[in-house]
Amino acid sequence: MDAFIYDHVRTPRGRGRPNGALHEVPPVDLAAQVLVALQRRSGFASEQLDDVLLGVVTPAGEQGCNIARTALLRAGYSNSVPGAQLNRFCSSGLDAVNAIAGQIMAGQIDLAIAGGVESMSRVPMSADGGAWYSDPVLVYDNYLAPQGIGADLIATLNHYSREDVDRYALASQQRAVRAWDEARFAKSVIPVVDELGIVLLDRDEHIRADTSAASLAGLKPVFDVMGEKDGYDAVALQRYPEVFRIEHVHTAGNSSGIVDGASAVLLGTREMGERLGLRPRARIRAFASAGSDPTIQLTGPEPATRKALARAGMAAADIDLYELNEAFASVVLWFMQRLGVDHDKINVNGGAIAMGHPLGATGAMILGTVLDELERSGKGTALVTACVGLGMGTATIIERLQ
Amino acid sequence: MSAAQAALKCGDSLELSVDADGIATLRMDVPGRSMNLVTIAFGRQLSAAVERIAADPAIRGVVLSSGKADFMAGGDIHGMVANFDKLGDAATVYREIARPVSELLRRMETCGKPFVAAINGSALGGGFELALACHYRVVADLPRLILALPEVTIGLIPGAGGSQRLPRLIGIEAALPLLLKGTRLSPAAALKLGAVDAVVPAEQLLDAAKTWLLQTGNQQQPWDQKNYRIPGGAGFFDARITRQYNAGATALTVGNQHNLPSQIALLSAVARGTAVPIDAGLRIEAREFTRLIRSPVSRNLMRTQFVSKGECDKLAHRPAGIEAANLGVIGVIGAGLMGAGIAQVCAAAGLEVVMLDATLERAEAGKQRIADAFGKRIAKGTLDAAKSAAALARITLADAYQALAHCDLVVEAVFEDRAVKAEVFRKLAAVLKPTAIIASNTSALPIQQLAASVAQPAQFVGLHFFSPVDRMPLVEVISGAQTSARTLAHALDFIKRLRKTPILVKDAPGFFTTRVIIAHLFESVGMVGDGISPVLIDNLARQAGFAIGPLALMDDLTLDLTYHAHCKRRDEAGSAWREPYGFPVFENFVMRLDRKGRRYGAGFYDYVDGKRQPWSGLAQIYPADGTHTQPTHDDIKQRLLYIQALEAARAYEEGVITSAGEGDVGSVLGIGFPAHTGGVFSLIDTVGVAEFVAACECLADRYGERFRPSAWLKARAQAGQRFYPAAA
Repeated sequence: MDAFIYDHVRTPRGRGRPNGALHEVPPVDLAAQVLVALQRRSGFASEQLDDVLLGVVTPAGEQGCNIARTALLRAGYSNSVPGAQLNRFCSSGLDAVNAIAGQIMAGQIDLAIAGGVESMSRVPMSADGGAWYSDPVLVYDNYLAPQGIGADLIATLNHYSREDVDRYALASQQRAVRAWDEARFAKSVIPVVDELGIVLLDRDEHIRADTSAASLAGLKPVFDVMGEKDGYDAVALQRYPEVFRIEHVHTAGNSSGIVDGASAVLLGTREMGERLGLRPRARIRAFASAGSDPTIQLTGPEPATRKALARAGMAAADIDLYELNEAFASVVLWFMQRLGVDHDKINVNGGAIAMGHPLGATGAMILGTVLDELERSGKGTALVTACVGLGMGTATIIERLQ
Repeated sequence: MSAAQAALKCGDSLELSVDADGIATLRMDVPGRSMNLVTIAFGRQLSAAVERIAADPAIRGVVLSSGKADFMAGGDIHGMVANFDKLGDAATVYREIARPVSELLRRMETCGKPFVAAINGSALGGGFELALACHYRVVADLPRLILALPEVTIGLIPGAGGSQRLPRLIGIEAALPLLLKGTRLSPAAALKLGAVDAVVPAEQLLDAAKTWLLQTGNQQQPWDQKNYRIPGGAGFFDARITRQYNAGATALTVGNQHNLPSQIALLSAVARGTAVPIDAGLRIEAREFTRLIRSPVSRNLMRTQFVSKGECDKLAHRPAGIEAANLGVIGVIGAGLMGAGIAQVCAAAGLEVVMLDATLERAEAGKQRIADAFGKRIAKGTLDAAKSAAALARITLADAYQALAHCDLVVEAVFEDRAVKAEVFRKLAAVLKPTAIIASNTSALPIQQLAASVAQPAQFVGLHFFSPVDRMPLVEVISGAQTSARTLAHALDFIKRLRKTPILVKDAPGFFTTRVIIAHLFESVGMVGDGISPVLIDNLARQAGFAIGPLALMDDLTLDLTYHAHCKRRDEAGSAWREPYGFPVFENFVMRLDRKGRRYGAGFYDYVDGKRQPWSGLAQIYPADGTHTQPTHDDIKQRLLYIQALEAARAYEEGVITSAGEGDVGSVLGIGFPAHTGGVFSLIDTVGVAEFVAACECLADRYGERFRPSAWLKARAQAGQRFYPAAA
């Protein structure tokens, strides 16, 4: 059985700081607004949903306690709709789509929502604790270091200079600005409103249209202090002893932004779409997740992509558009190098460096972004992927239908 | 004496007396030992005493005191080393060794009677743990008294509750560094941290203990009271606490390169043990202790650093029946780095020194070097000014050999050249009294050849000090073919007087330590020739446990010294010369590439503003072009370690070194062989002689015949004959 994407919405991404436009919106409301919007657009009755599965990476405090169920109650969905949260760190939103698609393919559900939410301004990263941070033996045995160290190590190993990563970052900003100027996100972005229905934010807030090579070059590296002073460089080099010194090239300007946001994707069987009078926009062709080295952490997209391609019986060149979450510039450069992907085929409307990376929501957001682009450009297939903490990756291949 | 004061023997190590106020004194005095040690017999007796105290309604409280100068020195390291081979499986060790001592102290602190530790002298390891299990700790205010839990440094963790009680007493943040480093605390420092409750003049110690029992006498530990919270917090919900665990694990990864399992075990025992009630915490500690005591790392550390080093320090290998040396005045010839260093340690040890150099100015400069070294220690607070002045006053300077006439022992520390040294000995012979010993501080010249230029070769010996002399603890004592037993014995007495650790070595090229380290250095240089990057080699060397990579080390020492020494050896050996692996690479760097080391701005690395950088041109000269087998990371580490162990085994085979213990001590203290291995011979024994031989055969097949084990070593492997015989 095939799983189809019927619709997709996302919030604009607000700066993940106390002065961000979405800071005053609790995550349960953020998630509820995409659920309401999706229902309004697609016209399903919530009773028809078999599940709501939301990615969330820091399920602590007000973002904890199964935010899918709390958000769907806030959205006014029927009590009959169940909800669950999912966490595979930065690919959570994409994994939610894959998990729902898998259940549809297996014939166990007919209609469901997959998506994600993260209010990074209200619930700080790692507020949920975990052995990753607190278990000394796990940290010691696996040579764990922060992701920025891994990003800089990828750059060092592959001789990406500061100019290389900044050049990529500048392109991300320019592409995002062009995409907004040409309304390429209009199909998916729904404004976030306050309790009175007044619009709080209707455009990605993290973009900096005035970014230039010079402004990027002026930024200070972010990870040199933790690398050199806290010892994480030395930890990583024990795994990579061929490296003399890690060059710290990543800055706030060529790494993903910290933002607030939510996203939702409506998935279902062909029959369910027909019953609702909806035309499927895309088919889920294949998906896969893979593990990789937990020290460098960010190299998972390659094995996940290769697994998904193999499952789909495709080669890398068969994919028309790639969307790889821009966690750090070096991650994308390395992926392009390994898979032989041209820059013109990947992240064509910018990415998280320009617009931000609301952890749990991102996967489902960029899936929608590339689907919109397939429709806009008339192309056929896209592969969506993300690097994941502790050394993992997830990838999904979709095929445009309309 | 009233009946109430009668002393009761509780076994041979403990004595219990009760006074008229119902205050019992439990006095520890392990017979036949200079210090109280925690042994199995002691534990049994303490257990019996605790039960007797718990059952006696006449006893209100207990003062735990010591009949020795120290309170208690801790575990029985010799016993642990001797029993290592007889330890059972993990479950047995946990049940029969780890848990009983832990349960005993837990019983003591919960038996209903208050205990006070009257700490009259140092309390280390198990001794401090015993004090921590008491309800109150009062310490005598003595300058040399030390409190510490140093178990981590010998590959263990505290096994009697120390890792659980100290953080519960003073907080995790304060306890962790003490436990991870084995920090030695003075009474005042311990009081400030809250690890002890009172510091009093020594003569008031027992009164203070008794007073607390009569006035307060709380028989419940803080952690057994309702609503107790560990000071500063604990558990896995508070990011301020868990951040320390992450940072701690990171620091340990960096610091010990995963070679010292005790540190991470300690951190884990504290993290996990303090998140649960103390009884569970004590079980967690006992499990980690069980794992570590069964690990060869702890056995090797204890054996080399305590048992074998102790034997060397006590001159266990000194020829018997020879009277003690009379060391009135020591002569030192040469006031350079080594000569001044030797003069410095002699003077610091209270010996009169005559230091000679070609001119008085040079001798003066040497003495200034000593004064500067003392000055640094004074600034650090490790030496007082009066002692420094007295030591400097013991050093007389000279530029004429006549000044050495009355010396009892003269150490020559001039340039490493046979002709230069022969000239020194000729001049010395003309003035020196006939009973005196002449020693050469050569690091590699054959003693027998040097002895040929002295009148009485029986009184000639090699004393190989290491640089910097004041900090390096080892001295190789090299006997030539004619060196007499008396000379050897007196040379050892001299080294002991300097509070250094001697090992006995026979006269052979490179003696023991030089020959072993050279094998390591040549191996690494050879790898460079095979196209392996110096960065990789040095990083892997540090992972293997070396403090510095061999190529960085050679750059620091400069390459030409080693190269020219080997050229000399080549010229002397003539047709018997066999080119060592790596020699052509060495030659290329010194003679053709003009990259002679850091001092010259270029060696295996580049030096930019004095900072080491990879040399990008190297790959063109020695590319990894597939003509050589590119080794795995594990192979590289193994080559750097095994080439030295193999060279040490050859020295043993040739009789250059006669005991594994001395070889291990020499390799760890002298040339920085990784301490966690226990040394070159412990490494072979721990791998297993047969397994070591098999691994060397593989290395020989892959990387060259220098790894081929000798027939002698193969026979040992076949016979299962270890370098350390199995304990009976």
